[in-house]
Amino acid sequence: MNGTQLVFLGVGAVILVSAVLVVTTRNLIHAALWLIVTLFGVAILYALLNAGFLAVAQVVIYIGAIAILFIFAVMLTSKESRDRGPQHNQAWWLGAIVAALTFGGLLWMLHGWSGFTKSAAGIPAGFDAVDALGNALVAPDAYVLPFEVASVLLLAALIGAVYVAFTRKQESR
Amino acid sequence: MIPLSWYLILSAGLFSVGLFGVLSRRNAIAILLGVELMLNAVNINLVAFWRYGSVADMAGQVFAIIVFAVAAAEVAVGLALVISVYRQRRTVIAGDLDMMKW
Repeated sequence: MNGTQLVFLGVGAVILVSAVLVVTTRNLIHAALWLIVTLFGVAILYALLNAGFLAVAQVVIYIGAIAILFIFAVMLTSKESRDRGPQHNQAWWLGAIVAALTFGGLLWMLHGWSGFTKSAAGIPAGFDAVDALGNALVAPDAYVLPFEVASVLLLAALIGAVYVAFTRKQESR
Repeated sequence: MIPLSWYLILSAGLFSVGLFGVLSRRNAIAILLGVELMLNAVNINLVAFWRYGSVADMAGQVFAIIVFAVAAAEVAVGLALVISVYRQRRTVIAGDLDMMKW
């Protein structure tokens, strides 16, 4: 049990506890704030995995944009329509059973896989992960096409979001 | 050094918690929160497989970045729909939205 493993166990416990609080807390603002804790824990995992760029992107995109968008959406809907009545539907136990079965099934499937307990090889000397990622994203023989398609998708989604949430004059009384 | 299995078990747990949130929550915004948890679980897996596989092949990290972009698009459109529905029906409870049921 060395330092890295202790960090992993601590971060993993924080991630799981805050994720459970995200799906069980009554007050949605608190659920969104717990989501930020979960996302921050995942960013630490990326740093542990030597994926520095993804750790920074996780903080900037997920916490800085997506979680804040959630908080705005929660605040734009009224409290009585949001928090009245039970927060879970009548079949929540069915959802719990399906989630537990999924977890058990995944563990069973992973258990039978030969690479399950693999440990990581060292990073080769002189290898820069951020450099390699940047090259892979723009190299024509690598991932430039999916990268461009993702940018078009993002543009289309944002224009669509503005259109859907737009208040027309005759509708807003 | 941390074995690969720890990451996979953690991400399976996070995915299951998110799945429970999607299946059990009544509020449409809370359902989207569950989807975010599931996407993060998938991303942990992708990055862990990149690190424990061959490091020079960047497919895992590139796929994780595409998942970031798709998650941002999904949240923008999803929350716009929720707010638009809330303006018209004054509710965000997924069970009350039965306009398209027959």
